[in-house]
Amino acid sequence: MIGRTMFNFPATRLASANWRHPFYEMDIFKKEMDRWADLMSGRRSFGGRNSGVFPALNITEDKDNYYIRAELPGMKPEDIDIQLNGRTITISGELKTEQNDNNIKYHRKERDTGKFSRGVMLTGDIDGENVNAKMVNGVLTVSVGKSEIAKSRKITIN
Amino acid sequence: MAETKELQVKEKQEVATPAEHTKPGLIFTPAVDIYENDNEIILLADMPGVSTDDITIDLKDGVLTITGDVKPWENEDESDVLVEFDIGKYYRQFNLSEAIHQEKIEAKFTDGVLKLTLPKVAKAVPRKITINNG
Repeated sequence: MIGRTMFNFPATRLASANWRHPFYEMDIFKKEMDRWADLMSGRRSFGGRNSGVFPALNITEDKDNYYIRAELPGMKPEDIDIQLNGRTITISGELKTEQNDNNIKYHRKERDTGKFSRGVMLTGDIDGENVNAKMVNGVLTVSVGKSEIAKSRKITIN
Repeated sequence: MAETKELQVKEKQEVATPAEHTKPGLIFTPAVDIYENDNEIILLADMPGVSTDDITIDLKDGVLTITGDVKPWENEDESDVLVEFDIGKYYRQFNLSEAIHQEKIEAKFTDGVLKLTLPKVAKAVPRKITINNG
Protein backbone atom coordinates (compact mmCIF):
# COMPACT_ATOMS: atom_id res chain seq x y z
CA MET A 1 0.00 0.00 0.00
CA ILE A 2 1.28 3.42 -0.81
CA GLY A 3 1.39 5.43 2.36
CA ARG A 4 0.74 9.05 1.71
CA THR A 5 -1.24 11.72 3.38
CA MET A 6 -4.22 13.26 1.72
CA PHE A 7 -2.96 16.79 2.02
CA ASN A 8 0.66 17.60 2.19
CA PHE A 9 0.83 19.75 5.25
CA PRO A 10 4.27 20.68 6.41
CA ALA A 11 5.31 18.98 9.57
CA THR A 12 5.61 21.54 12.29
CA ARG A 13 6.08 21.44 15.99
CA LEU A 14 5.67 25.14 16.50
CA ALA A 15 2.25 25.21 18.08
CA SER A 16 2.42 22.32 20.52
CA ALA A 17 3.21 18.65 20.66
CA ASN A 18 -0.44 17.90 20.10
CA TRP A 19 -0.83 20.08 17.06
CA ARG A 20 -2.35 18.23 14.12
CA HIS A 21 -2.96 19.53 10.69
CA PRO A 22 -6.56 20.39 9.87
CA PHE A 23 -7.08 17.31 7.74
CA TYR A 24 -5.66 14.87 10.25
CA GLU A 25 -9.07 13.30 10.78
CA MET A 26 -9.45 12.86 7.06
CA ASP A 27 -6.13 11.08 6.89
CA ILE A 28 -7.31 8.68 9.57
CA PHE A 29 -10.52 8.20 7.62
CA LYS A 30 -8.57 7.51 4.45
CA LYS A 31 -6.51 4.88 6.25
CA GLU A 32 -9.69 3.17 7.41
CA MET A 33 -11.02 3.23 3.85
CA ASP A 34 -7.78 1.74 2.55
CA ARG A 35 -8.14 -1.01 5.09
CA TRP A 36 -11.65 -1.68 3.83
CA ALA A 37 -10.46 -1.73 0.26
CA ASP A 38 -7.88 -4.31 1.26
CA LEU A 39 -10.54 -6.41 2.93
CA MET A 40 -12.76 -6.29 -0.11
CA SER A 41 -10.02 -7.18 -2.54
CA GLY A 42 -8.95 -10.10 -0.37
CA ARG A 43 -5.52 -8.78 0.50
CA ARG A 44 -6.52 -9.04 4.11
CA SER A 45 -8.64 -11.82 5.44
CA PHE A 46 -11.94 -10.99 7.05
CA GLY A 47 -12.17 -13.62 9.69
CA GLY A 48 -8.47 -13.54 10.34
CA ARG A 49 -8.31 -9.95 11.46
CA ASN A 50 -10.98 -10.70 14.00
CA SER A 51 -10.13 -14.25 14.93
CA GLY A 52 -9.91 -13.00 18.50
CA VAL A 53 -7.44 -15.65 19.53
CA PHE A 54 -3.94 -14.84 20.71
CA PRO A 55 -1.46 -14.79 19.07
CA ALA A 56 -2.23 -13.13 15.77
CA LEU A 57 -0.71 -15.18 12.97
CA ASN A 58 0.62 -14.40 9.55
CA ILE A 59 0.75 -17.35 7.19
CA THR A 60 2.64 -17.34 3.94
CA GLU A 61 3.63 -20.01 1.47
CA ASP A 62 6.24 -20.58 -1.14
CA LYS A 63 6.52 -23.57 -3.44
CA ASP A 64 7.92 -25.90 -0.78
CA ASN A 65 6.65 -24.69 2.60
CA TYR A 66 4.02 -22.96 4.60
CA TYR A 67 5.33 -20.40 7.09
CA ILE A 68 3.35 -19.55 10.19
CA ARG A 69 4.61 -16.52 12.06
CA ALA A 70 3.61 -14.97 15.35
CA GLU A 71 4.97 -12.13 17.43
CA LEU A 72 5.66 -13.47 20.90
CA PRO A 73 7.98 -10.98 22.58
CA GLY A 74 9.36 -12.13 25.89
CA MET A 75 8.68 -15.81 25.27
CA LYS A 76 11.47 -18.27 25.73
CA PRO A 77 11.62 -20.97 23.05
CA GLU A 78 11.34 -23.70 25.70
CA ASP A 79 8.06 -22.24 26.99
CA ILE A 80 6.27 -22.58 23.67
CA ASP A 81 4.49 -25.79 22.84
CA ILE A 82 3.86 -26.59 19.19
CA GLN A 83 1.78 -29.61 18.25
CA LEU A 84 0.98 -30.94 14.83
CA ASN A 85 -2.12 -33.06 14.63
CA GLY A 86 -3.13 -34.01 11.14
CA ARG A 87 -3.41 -30.70 9.37
CA THR A 88 -3.90 -28.67 12.54
CA ILE A 89 -1.05 -26.86 14.21
CA THR A 90 -1.51 -25.75 17.79
CA ILE A 91 0.71 -23.13 19.36
CA SER A 92 0.34 -22.69 23.09
CA GLY A 93 2.24 -21.34 26.05
CA GLU A 94 2.16 -18.83 28.82
CA LEU A 95 3.56 -15.33 28.97
CA LYS A 96 4.86 -14.54 32.43
CA THR A 97 6.12 -11.41 34.05
CA GLU A 98 9.59 -11.70 35.40
CA GLN A 99 8.82 -9.21 38.13
CA ASN A 100 7.79 -10.59 41.49
CA ASP A 101 9.27 -7.87 43.63
CA ASN A 102 6.79 -6.26 45.97
CA ASN A 103 8.97 -3.23 46.42
CA ILE A 104 8.21 -1.77 43.01
CA LYS A 105 5.62 0.71 41.87
CA TYR A 106 4.09 0.37 38.43
CA HIS A 107 3.58 3.43 36.27
CA ARG A 108 2.37 1.61 33.20
CA LYS A 109 1.43 -1.96 32.51
CA GLU A 110 0.54 -2.48 28.89
CA ARG A 111 2.30 -5.73 28.20
CA ASP A 112 -0.01 -8.65 28.62
CA THR A 113 0.58 -11.83 30.51
CA GLY A 114 -1.41 -15.02 30.52
CA LYS A 115 -1.99 -18.31 28.82
CA PHE A 116 -2.66 -18.79 25.17
CA SER A 117 -3.44 -21.57 22.78
CA ARG A 118 -4.20 -21.19 19.14
CA GLY A 119 -4.96 -23.82 16.59
CA VAL A 120 -4.81 -23.27 12.88
CA MET A 121 -5.73 -25.70 10.14
CA LEU A 122 -3.68 -25.61 7.00
CA THR A 123 -5.23 -26.27 3.66
CA GLY A 124 -3.52 -28.65 1.32
CA ASP A 125 -1.42 -31.67 1.99
CA ILE A 126 1.43 -31.18 4.38
CA ASP A 127 4.45 -33.24 5.18
CA GLY A 128 4.26 -33.93 8.91
CA GLU A 129 7.88 -35.03 9.06
CA ASN A 130 9.17 -31.78 7.71
CA VAL A 131 8.23 -29.22 10.36
CA ASN A 132 10.68 -26.73 11.81
CA ALA A 133 10.28 -23.95 14.34
CA LYS A 134 12.57 -21.14 15.29
CA MET A 135 12.41 -18.07 17.45
CA VAL A 136 14.31 -14.94 16.45
CA ASN A 137 13.96 -11.66 18.35
CA GLY A 138 10.55 -12.54 19.66
CA VAL A 139 9.15 -13.72 16.34
CA LEU A 140 8.18 -17.37 16.07
CA THR A 141 8.41 -18.98 12.64
CA VAL A 142 7.03 -22.45 12.06
CA SER A 143 7.74 -23.84 8.62
CA VAL A 144 5.69 -26.78 7.47
CA GLY A 145 6.77 -28.66 4.40
CA LYS A 146 4.27 -29.34 1.65
CA SER A 147 3.83 -32.93 0.62
CA GLU A 148 5.03 -33.98 -2.80
CA ILE A 149 1.50 -34.04 -4.17
CA ALA A 150 0.76 -30.51 -3.07
CA LYS A 151 3.89 -28.97 -4.54
CA SER A 152 3.27 -27.10 -7.71
CA ARG A 153 5.35 -28.22 -10.62
CA LYS A 154 5.98 -26.75 -13.97
CA ILE A 155 4.67 -28.69 -16.89
CA THR A 156 6.57 -28.37 -20.07
CA ILE A 157 4.88 -28.57 -23.43
CA ASN A 158 6.49 -30.90 -25.88
CA MET B 1 -2.10 -19.49 43.62
CA ALA B 2 -2.05 -16.62 41.22
CA GLU B 3 -4.75 -16.86 38.63
CA THR B 4 -3.68 -16.74 35.01
CA LYS B 5 -5.96 -15.16 32.52
CA GLU B 6 -6.33 -16.02 28.88
CA LEU B 7 -4.49 -13.68 26.58
CA GLN B 8 -6.52 -11.46 24.30
CA VAL B 9 -5.45 -10.25 20.90
CA LYS B 10 -4.65 -6.58 20.73
CA GLU B 11 -4.32 -4.79 17.44
CA LYS B 12 -1.00 -3.08 17.12
CA GLN B 13 -1.38 0.64 17.64
CA GLU B 14 -0.21 2.91 14.92
CA VAL B 15 1.67 6.00 16.01
CA ALA B 16 -0.13 9.30 15.58
CA THR B 17 2.63 11.86 15.63
CA PRO B 18 2.28 15.44 14.54
CA ALA B 19 5.61 15.25 12.74
CA GLU B 20 5.62 13.28 9.53
CA HIS B 21 8.18 10.61 8.96
CA THR B 22 10.45 10.71 5.97
CA LYS B 23 10.56 7.00 5.27
CA PRO B 24 7.44 5.17 4.13
CA GLY B 25 6.04 2.26 6.09
CA LEU B 26 3.97 1.66 9.17
CA ILE B 27 5.08 2.81 12.58
CA PHE B 28 3.73 1.23 15.73
CA THR B 29 3.68 2.13 19.39
CA PRO B 30 5.34 -0.63 21.39
CA ALA B 31 3.52 -1.81 24.49
CA VAL B 32 5.53 -0.91 27.58
CA ASP B 33 5.73 -1.65 31.26
CA ILE B 34 7.28 1.02 33.42
CA TYR B 35 8.03 0.48 37.06
CA GLU B 36 10.35 1.95 39.60
CA ASN B 37 12.03 0.99 42.80
CA ASP B 38 14.03 3.20 45.11
CA ASN B 39 17.07 3.44 42.90
CA GLU B 40 15.95 3.11 39.32
CA ILE B 41 13.18 3.27 36.79
CA ILE B 42 12.81 0.22 34.60
CA LEU B 43 11.14 0.25 31.22
CA LEU B 44 10.22 -2.87 29.27
CA ALA B 45 9.10 -2.48 25.66
CA ASP B 46 7.82 -5.20 23.32
CA MET B 47 9.57 -4.84 20.01
CA PRO B 48 9.33 -8.18 18.23
CA GLY B 49 11.23 -8.56 14.99
CA VAL B 50 13.78 -5.87 15.75
CA SER B 51 17.43 -6.84 15.96
CA THR B 52 19.74 -5.35 18.57
CA ASP B 53 21.61 -3.19 16.06
CA ASP B 54 18.46 -1.49 14.85
CA ILE B 55 17.40 -0.01 18.17
CA THR B 56 18.18 3.58 19.01
CA ILE B 57 17.64 5.07 22.43
CA ASP B 58 17.98 8.78 22.87
CA LEU B 59 17.58 10.96 25.92
CA LYS B 60 17.54 14.69 25.35
CA ASP B 61 15.97 17.45 27.40
CA GLY B 62 14.15 14.94 29.56
CA VAL B 63 12.54 13.24 26.55
CA LEU B 64 13.37 9.60 26.06
CA THR B 65 12.94 8.37 22.49
CA ILE B 66 12.96 4.72 21.53
CA THR B 67 13.00 3.64 17.91
CA GLY B 68 13.34 0.21 16.40
CA ASP B 69 13.69 -0.62 12.74
CA VAL B 70 12.33 -3.88 11.44
CA LYS B 71 13.86 -5.61 8.48
CA PRO B 72 11.35 -7.66 6.51
CA TRP B 73 11.54 -11.23 7.74
CA GLU B 74 9.61 -12.79 4.91
CA ASN B 75 11.33 -14.02 1.81
CA GLU B 76 10.49 -12.35 -1.45
CA ASP B 77 9.00 -15.43 -3.06
CA GLU B 78 6.47 -16.05 -0.29
CA SER B 79 2.86 -15.19 -0.91
CA ASP B 80 0.33 -14.33 1.78
CA VAL B 81 -2.20 -16.91 2.88
CA LEU B 82 -3.48 -15.17 6.02
CA VAL B 83 -2.56 -11.74 7.34
CA GLU B 84 -3.52 -10.87 10.89
CA PHE B 85 -0.83 -8.41 11.88
CA ASP B 86 1.23 -5.82 10.11
CA ILE B 87 4.96 -5.39 10.31
CA GLY B 88 6.49 -2.01 10.90
CA LYS B 89 8.86 0.13 12.85
CA TYR B 90 8.47 1.03 16.50
CA TYR B 91 8.57 4.52 17.88
CA ARG B 92 7.73 5.95 21.27
CA GLN B 93 8.62 8.95 23.37
CA PHE B 94 8.43 9.52 27.10
CA ASN B 95 8.83 12.57 29.27
CA LEU B 96 10.97 11.69 32.24
CA SER B 97 9.93 13.61 35.29
CA GLU B 98 12.75 12.54 37.54
CA ALA B 99 16.41 13.27 37.18
CA ILE B 100 18.18 10.34 35.53
CA HIS B 101 21.86 9.47 35.47
CA GLN B 102 22.31 9.68 31.74
CA GLU B 103 25.70 7.99 31.62
CA LYS B 104 24.51 5.04 33.64
CA ILE B 105 21.51 4.07 31.51
CA GLU B 106 21.64 0.39 30.65
CA ALA B 107 19.85 -1.31 27.80
CA LYS B 108 19.35 -4.99 27.19
CA PHE B 109 17.46 -6.67 24.38
CA THR B 110 16.33 -10.26 24.73
CA ASP B 111 13.62 -12.24 22.92
CA GLY B 112 12.14 -9.12 21.38
CA VAL B 113 11.85 -7.20 24.64
CA LEU B 114 13.90 -4.10 25.33
CA LYS B 115 14.80 -3.52 28.97
CA LEU B 116 15.99 -0.08 29.92
CA THR B 117 17.36 0.60 33.37
CA LEU B 118 17.36 4.27 34.20
CA PRO B 119 19.15 4.97 37.49
CA LYS B 120 17.79 7.89 39.46
CA VAL B 121 20.08 10.66 40.56
CA ALA B 122 20.73 10.20 44.26
CA LYS B 123 18.33 12.33 46.18
CA ALA B 124 19.61 14.83 48.65
CA VAL B 125 19.82 13.25 52.04
CA PRO B 126 17.00 14.56 54.24
CA ARG B 127 18.33 17.07 56.68
CA LYS B 128 16.87 18.01 59.97
CA ILE B 129 16.87 21.67 60.70
CA THR B 130 17.16 22.65 64.26
CA ILE B 131 16.05 26.00 65.53
CA ASN B 132 18.40 27.76 67.82
CA ASN B 133 17.11 30.00 70.47
CA GLY B 134 18.43 33.46 69.87
